Amino acid sequence: MNDPSGATSSLPPAARAVVIGAGIVGNSLVHHLAELGWTDLVLLDKGPLPNPGGSTGHASNFIFPVDHSREMTALTADSSRQYEDLGVRIECGGIEVARTEERMEELRRRMSSAASWGVDDVAIVTPAEIKELVPYIDESVIIGGFHTKSVSVVDSLRAGTLMRERAQEAGALTVAANTEVLGIDVEHGRVRRVRTTRGDVETEIVVIACGVWSPRLARMAGASIPLTPAVHQMIDIGPVPRFAGAKSAIEFPIVRDMDTNMYERQDGSGLEVGSYAHRPILHDPDEIPSVEEAALSPTEFPFTQDDFAEQMEHALELMPEIVGDESVGIKYAINGLLSLTPDGMPVLGETPEAGGLWAASAVWVKEGPGVGRALAQWMVEGEPEIELQSSDVARFHDCQKSVAHVKARASEHFNKTYGIVHPGEQWESDRPARLSPFYHQARDLGAVFYETAGWERPHWYESNAGLVEEYGVEGREAEWDSRWWSPVINAEHLAMRDRAAIFDLTAFCVFDVVGPGALDSVQRVAMRQMDVKHGKVVYTPVLAPRGGFRSDLTIMRLSDDHFRVVTGGAHGMADLKWFRDHATDAQVVDLTSSWCTLGLWGPRARDILAGTTSDDVSHEGFPFATFRTIEMGPLRVMASRISYVGDLGWELYVPIEEGARLWETVWEAGEPHGVLPAGIGVYGTTGRLEKCYRAFGFELDSEYDVVEAGMAWGKVKDEDFVGREAHVRHREQEPAALMCTLTVDDHTSSSGVKRYPLGGEPIQTRDGEPLVDARGRRSFVTSAGAGPSVGKHLLMSYLPAEHAREGNELAVLYMGERYPVTVAVAGSTPVFDPGNERVKAAGAVPA
Amino acid sequence: MRVLVCVKRVPLTGGRMVLTEDDQALETRHLGFTISPHEECGVEEAVRLVEQHGGEVTVLALGPPEAEEQIRDTLAIGADRGILVATDGGEWDPQATAAAIVAAVRAEEEFDLIVFGNESADSGNYQVGIRVAHALGRPVVTGLKGLSVEDGVARCEQEVPGGRDVYRVPLPAVVSVLEGINLPRYPSVPAKLRARSKPVETVSPERPGARLEKLRLVVPGGPGKQAEILGEGAGAAPAVVNVMRELGVA
Amino acid sequence: MAVLLLADPGDDELTRQALTLAQSLGEVEVVGSAALPVARAHIPELPGAYAPGAWATALEEAIDRVSPSAVVAPGTNRGNEVLAHVAARRDLPFAANCTAAEGDVLTRVRWGGSLLEEARIHSSLPLLSVAPHVLPAVTGEGAPEVDAFTPALSDSDLAVQVAEHVEETVSGVSLAEARVVVSGGRGVGSADGFGILEELAGLLDAAVGCSRVVTSAGWRPHTDQVGQTGTKVSPDLYIACGISGATQHIAGCKGAKKILAINTDAEAPILASADYAVIGDLTEIVPAITAELRKARSQ
Repeated sequence: MNDPSGATSSLPPAARAVVIGAGIVGNSLVHHLAELGWTDLVLLDKGPLPNPGGSTGHASNFIFPVDHSREMTALTADSSRQYEDLGVRIECGGIEVARTEERMEELRRRMSSAASWGVDDVAIVTPAEIKELVPYIDESVIIGGFHTKSVSVVDSLRAGTLMRERAQEAGALTVAANTEVLGIDVEHGRVRRVRTTRGDVETEIVVIACGVWSPRLARMAGASIPLTPAVHQMIDIGPVPRFAGAKSAIEFPIVRDMDTNMYERQDGSGLEVGSYAHRPILHDPDEIPSVEEAALSPTEFPFTQDDFAEQMEHALELMPEIVGDESVGIKYAINGLLSLTPDGMPVLGETPEAGGLWAASAVWVKEGPGVGRALAQWMVEGEPEIELQSSDVARFHDCQKSVAHVKARASEHFNKTYGIVHPGEQWESDRPARLSPFYHQARDLGAVFYETAGWERPHWYESNAGLVEEYGVEGREAEWDSRWWSPVINAEHLAMRDRAAIFDLTAFCVFDVVGPGALDSVQRVAMRQMDVKHGKVVYTPVLAPRGGFRSDLTIMRLSDDHFRVVTGGAHGMADLKWFRDHATDAQVVDLTSSWCTLGLWGPRARDILAGTTSDDVSHEGFPFATFRTIEMGPLRVMASRISYVGDLGWELYVPIEEGARLWETVWEAGEPHGVLPAGIGVYGTTGRLEKCYRAFGFELDSEYDVVEAGMAWGKVKDEDFVGREAHVRHREQEPAALMCTLTVDDHTSSSGVKRYPLGGEPIQTRDGEPLVDARGRRSFVTSAGAGPSVGKHLLMSYLPAEHAREGNELAVLYMGERYPVTVAVAGSTPVFDPGNERVKAAGAVPA
Repeated sequence: MRVLVCVKRVPLTGGRMVLTEDDQALETRHLGFTISPHEECGVEEAVRLVEQHGGEVTVLALGPPEAEEQIRDTLAIGADRGILVATDGGEWDPQATAAAIVAAVRAEEEFDLIVFGNESADSGNYQVGIRVAHALGRPVVTGLKGLSVEDGVARCEQEVPGGRDVYRVPLPAVVSVLEGINLPRYPSVPAKLRARSKPVETVSPERPGARLEKLRLVVPGGPGKQAEILGEGAGAAPAVVNVMRELGVA
Repeated sequence: MAVLLLADPGDDELTRQALTLAQSLGEVEVVGSAALPVARAHIPELPGAYAPGAWATALEEAIDRVSPSAVVAPGTNRGNEVLAHVAARRDLPFAANCTAAEGDVLTRVRWGGSLLEEARIHSSLPLLSVAPHVLPAVTGEGAPEVDAFTPALSDSDLAVQVAEHVEETVSGVSLAEARVVVSGGRGVGSADGFGILEELAGLLDAAVGCSRVVTSAGWRPHTDQVGQTGTKVSPDLYIACGISGATQHIAGCKGAKKILAINTDAEAPILASADYAVIGDLTEIVPAITAELRKARSQ
């Protein structure tokens, strides 16, 4: 046990948990598991300690705190604090420099993100100010920068060692270096033991924290960790005369040359130049050499210098004093391996394939300690404090796990490491993957497809372009605001409110819970009462243990012991796992690929449906929040009367192979009523925003509770459910914040251009003070979009209780300027059709 | 003065030699490439001579087309131009190698000095420089740890037990050098960039039959030794001293 | 047919190792030494200063006299050099650093001994040098029939010859001859890091060595470098501190009787060549050994 280097340890026969990989993540994880009270932990690595040869060992070790992702910013902030507490952090500051006006705009957007996530030591700086901070820069090639004082360099190997040793000192951990995992045995769907070169360890929990090797380890247990090893090039040049007297590893701010995808940082007497600009160079986890075979370390591949030529020129332009110095030599150059995932986010959490097998992969040094803590909380307490839904290993659909897909997306993503990525930006590679049965009809109507969960979904239809003029929809002047957007969306919305529209919703995830324990199983997961009559459809939050949101979805009761869950495609796989994890005496069967869904909404929806069926679709005969099978000509269709767009209508479900016929049937019946196809731009944004409907992953996540979300209507059911205790407590407390809908009062920027926030921006006072609630959370825009029927641009945001009052005048910070906004609704009352008369319309069915 | 340096592309090996399945070559999938250490010093020496006396350094490599990368590396530490004697990737025996170099040299204006590494890191044949010198009718001195040129005479130093042997040969001449004759410089970034546009000319001679014909490669020895672990950390010191006593060196 | 062995008068040991290989090929006659246990020795009368061309001419004359089936030389600088000259003059293939030969198939070392090559030599007169420290040396004095001769040297044979010998006194213990070598690699971390190695070496009357990474980084002079392109050492004990064990390095230290590796990595390649190992941080272990030695001596 007391073997600090772990080189010759013998392994215990059994362990509470086995963590594979002693990089920054594995070390942090065992430390936090021990802190939370777990003992009998084992940490394995096939390499030596303290540097086992993985990516931590060659990492550049710097931390820029601001990211557009709240999740990443939170993990990074926690990591910085941990490095600081361990005494291995040097704050040197950092500047992200811009060579183009487009980049300056991006840096101004970064200012918004910093304010939203609570990073305040940031500023836009001029070239002259940058020159003051970094005297060896040629300020003439840049036009400005984004300065973060709290950028730091850390010693990740030392941090890992300290954390590992603390767990050892606590008597909670056995460390075994030079120990290779030969197999992970899974029995009855759960891990049972880890087989190693030093014997077997019986355990019910195995964590794969071995970076680029993770896919190989996961495969041993029949699971998937979709990532690919990829190359990041860096060189070290020196000795730099200016750094000759350097007293510490870094005394000047790190410079990120964003437009060239590069960075330059002092490293003692040298300067490290790193790049993400070269062609994507991907490898296979099985091809990484052993410690003995590798010339340097297994993850330090031979430098391919042709890939770096252009980067040297860029570095020379920016820092001619150092890089252009003939006496400064290239002393070290590698292709370092790092992990890339198909969507650029880490891969964390319990795998859906093998119970007890956890992933802790694709994590960079900047977020390593935070990930370790969050995962430990997740493992021990059932839920991390930092919302990790974007990193959940369970998020992947099968089509997103193939090596070809991972490589295609990783390649596409790589050069965007420092890229300007629009929030609406679409992937280009490996498409189309999943086609709904309506795909061809939609394509023929000029659908512009966006991708969700691999599905191609019409975002709007060019065939509706004529409606733009008809409804007088205005375009957006600023290119950024109109990128990945079309005025056709607003036109489709208005036409739907006048007539009716059909939506391709096949990307829904559909799964059935069946068996004697089905009712108890769904009761355990759903916040709302599920012991309802057959034929009822219930919209319900799904809560996390601490009472925040795990999901929100609809559940239909088909019979005593048969429920059908319908949820969004993006989060559907995680929901599926959540239901399976909580099912007792019931099966949870994924039917996503069996059912397609066509939405039909609008004031004429009932007329259209009645034209296809002799079944009773009147308000009385087919009430809101019910479903039933109706016959539309030869088709038997499961129709469910609910709405996410605020108009009368149904979701229509048929087997996928009958989808094309369903579309034709509805289309033909709808033509006389002016039916139009409408896209997810309406369904996901304009329609729901006007109705103040919340969306999981935007308004709803584990960091806010049901009361704050304004969704605590009705009484709490008597049956127990996950998060109930916390939820009851939340109902008794004053909420710290309340979900509000705001309208933008004036869109005009200082240069006279109308601007439209897109989401993620901070809500501030008109004086620019941040809004912080009693729990320290900043107010920011969770969703933004047009409300065409109310003629306003709408923003949703949690506001501190004292600010959550209608008419309150506030501001939104967008691209460096504040725009006045006003609270239109505090709570869940819709801004459009507050009485919900449209959804529940009883209008007579024409004969 | 005009100096030619002959270099060879060789893999940068790690701690373990791994062969290709046909036992004909090292498995280089995970390996980078460099030139032999003696040759690195040969290039540095040539560059220093030309820095001192003026002139031009040409670097010649016989090897696969990828060997241009190694030529560019030498151009980045100060050589002026390159000649790639391109092969199909297979290994040429020393006689064929020497003949190809001789042919390439004869196509050029005369070099005052031709510099080789004493032996290549991989095949270690110890003869190509001597064969080239013989074919060109020039004096050759091998294994140099010191070299200077004055008034058309090369002063060549070999390290021998107890001191140094000194040779003086008139130019044009051929020499081979050993690592340690100098400490080669690292290339600067501007030099790397300049190297990209320096001229490298390629010739592709026919490969003659081998007279020293490689049949196969073998990784020697069995599984290696099983080191006795004396302990961990500072606590192992007494055990170490015991071993020293047993060996009679303590 | 006899086999001709070219002796290197400067290295009796390697000459005797070469004799072992030569004897495996047939009856041996020697050029350049009268002290070996063979039947016949050809002793050329040559100018005092070493001239490789003169030696090549002498060997060629001996070849003409004996018409051997093969010519063998020790794989010393001079052995290889003279054979290469003869090979060049006669356009014959020459295989350097062989460890065995049978018929026209031979085994020779590559990568300083990290790899072996089996090769076929297509020649009526194979020229072979013998890899150092692989084969045992033939022992015993001989009284060969001595055949002295004066080779007919041309001017060009003497164009290259040692013109001057500069004495150099080596301070401290010579790396090549030390009984103990304390050697450091990348793991030592810096030039200053060698202080603790020097201290230990001082106590043991040892030489300090290093790996190629260290000389390339400028932490130590090349004269301290042990390896394929540095000094090849053969001490009783070689202490490898923070040296991973690249083949380039092993080629220089495998002649040691015993190797002690001090390394953080119990799987480092050096351990496959080491007899003893201590796992851990050398900055703690090396001073501890020094202290332990001092303590042992004071008792």
